[in-house]
Amino acid sequence: MNFRSSVEIITEWDIVAARQLGRNEAKKAGFGTVDQARITTAISELARNIYLYAGKGKIEIERVSEGGAFGIKIIASDEGPGIPDLRKVMEDGFSTSGGLGAGMPGVKRLMDEFKVSSEPGVGTIITTKKWLH
Amino acid sequence: MNARIPILKLNEVLIVSIQWELDDQTAIQFQEDLLNKMHETAALGVVIDLTPIDFIDSFIAKVLGDVINMTGLMGAKVVITGIQPAVAITLIELGIRLNNVMTALDLENGLDKLYKELEA
Ligand SMILES: Nc1ncnc2c1ncn2[C@@H]1O[C@H](COP(=O)(O)OP(=O)(O)OP(=O)(O)O)[C@@H](O)[C@H]1O
Ligand SMILES: [Mg+2]
Repeated sequence: MNFRSSVEIITEWDIVAARQLGRNEAKKAGFGTVDQARITTAISELARNIYLYAGKGKIEIERVSEGGAFGIKIIASDEGPGIPDLRKVMEDGFSTSGGLGAGMPGVKRLMDEFKVSSEPGVGTIITTKKWLH
Repeated sequence: MNARIPILKLNEVLIVSIQWELDDQTAIQFQEDLLNKMHETAALGVVIDLTPIDFIDSFIAKVLGDVINMTGLMGAKVVITGIQPAVAITLIELGIRLNNVMTALDLENGLDKLYKELEA
């Protein structure tokens, strides 16, 4: 039941591959066009953050079910520098790269569940879910 | 896979129709190509049609926002057309506002709007 597919993020093109995979999985799982766009956008943000800040990492996409609810889970993991201040990166507009600083807070709003664990020098794991309503 | 986005000239207006998913390179290249073309042709307005685009993330939104601001600096008016409902919703949820930009439902309405604006 637990289909899991993953994309290694190493080059910029892998960001495109990850979001295409995400859109396909979201479509297959039965999400409508707006949720497909939300999931695709969230994956794009997470994959780009891996590429920009950690150099490389992985996006995994998995179908999940919990107490009769069905959905999709995305795990973005890397062994990069980690995030020193988790509260700061969740603020709209906070960026260390001259970006819009929209990625992290945006993903949290686009998805239903969002969890970050990060340790400086070890890496970052972000887990986020979207439920079919 | 690194095709350029074609930029068409119609009288004093440039028309851009983005036909496929934008990767980062293509987006950056487009920004440069559009500004050069505006300079060459002394265009007064630009219509950018996004009809086939089914998602926009923060990076593409930033490039698009920069294009809009730069075009304004060069003295031209911009209309963005064809933003799909799902794209509008995700942009707002990402917290992104495209300020100072005219929008229209489709290319035809966008051109109308631009011509009216240029006449005024
Ligand atoms: N995987 C990661 N490893 C280390 N630092 C990260 C990671 N992801 C995000 N960050 C840090 O969090 C900050 C905020 O990320 P966020 O995605 O919100 O904005 P951004 O990437 O700077 O800009 P945008 O996503 O709007 O283009 C980043 O600038 C970066 O410093
Ligand atoms: Mg980001």
